[in-house]
Amino acid sequence: MEYLKQFTIILAVTCVGEIMKMVIPLPIPGSIYGLVLMLGLLISGKLRIERVEKAAKFLVEIMPVMFIPAAVGLMSSWDRLQPILLPVSVITVVSTVLVMAVTGRVTDFMIVRKKRGDKK
Amino acid sequence: MRQIIAGSATAGVVISLCAYYAGMILKKKTGLALFNPLLLSVVFVIAFLSLFQIDYDSYLNSAEYLSYLLTPATVSLAIPLYKQLETLKKNVAAIAAGIGAGVLTSLSSVLLMSRAFRLSHEEYVTLLPKSITTAIGMGVSEELGGCVTITVAVIIVTGILGNMTAEFLCRICRLRSVVSRGLAIGAASHAIGTAKAMEMGEEEGAMSSLAIVMSGLCTVIGATVFAGFY
Repeated sequence: MEYLKQFTIILAVTCVGEIMKMVIPLPIPGSIYGLVLMLGLLISGKLRIERVEKAAKFLVEIMPVMFIPAAVGLMSSWDRLQPILLPVSVITVVSTVLVMAVTGRVTDFMIVRKKRGDKK
Repeated sequence: MRQIIAGSATAGVVISLCAYYAGMILKKKTGLALFNPLLLSVVFVIAFLSLFQIDYDSYLNSAEYLSYLLTPATVSLAIPLYKQLETLKKNVAAIAAGIGAGVLTSLSSVLLMSRAFRLSHEEYVTLLPKSITTAIGMGVSEELGGCVTITVAVIIVTGILGNMTAEFLCRICRLRSVVSRGLAIGAASHAIGTAKAMEMGEEEGAMSSLAIVMSGLCTVIGATVFAGFY
């Protein structure tokens, strides 16, 4: 029963997130409202982490398989993708690598700098 | 075969899960980063469907139950994030700088390369939200007049690419802190990359989740501005 209770809470928060998406006219998905709401509930102490932790852990663990159906959808967008395949591939690879490197290096630099500052 | 798949409520899920499992075994046996379970499972499923001439919609009919879990799973990312709240508070400035730099890099690199390849404005805005989570990216692409199907395809390829290269890139960029590793993965390759960050460690996973939210929201604003540049 415990899993069921935890899953119910997670789904309820998700549902409220979806309702927020319907009410607020921004291109932000319900899942993001739900995530922020869940975080708010945990921080404010309204919801204790033990009450959702197990089910959440399970969902996060199996997350990769949830992307399979959408990724298989590449099959049906292939016709539209094919004419611009080369530029799109180059842009995708280069920009993904760049974003990862820049984000990581900038954050690392700031953390190291702060550590040095703390020592002084 | 086609009727069975189209009429069944579980066939798509079973095919997807078996493909993923086969991918995991292959990855374990070979140890190659290229043999990413997610990438392999997608290849296997596409091969299977083409072999039996099953169209995507018949497969999706039952496979969509897997996607159904994606929203509650994304909400669940709040839990590891909450557990790492102290790390977050301690590094607020570094995190803000990293995310800001990441979003700017993403948007400007797409801008420069779209110009170099002389893509149309429509193709350019289609690619702009490529590094953010699918649901936000679709909204951004639609708003700016891009082609949503291609945006989704590119977002997913970006995610798989990030998932595959994350460990290698973190090593060659010599990212020492768990915070910078997690943020880098999440900012570049959203939830699919985050799945890899979770495997690397809970702290990396939490920071990666944070990056999904932050860079997603920053891109909503940033992409609108950048759409006017080309």
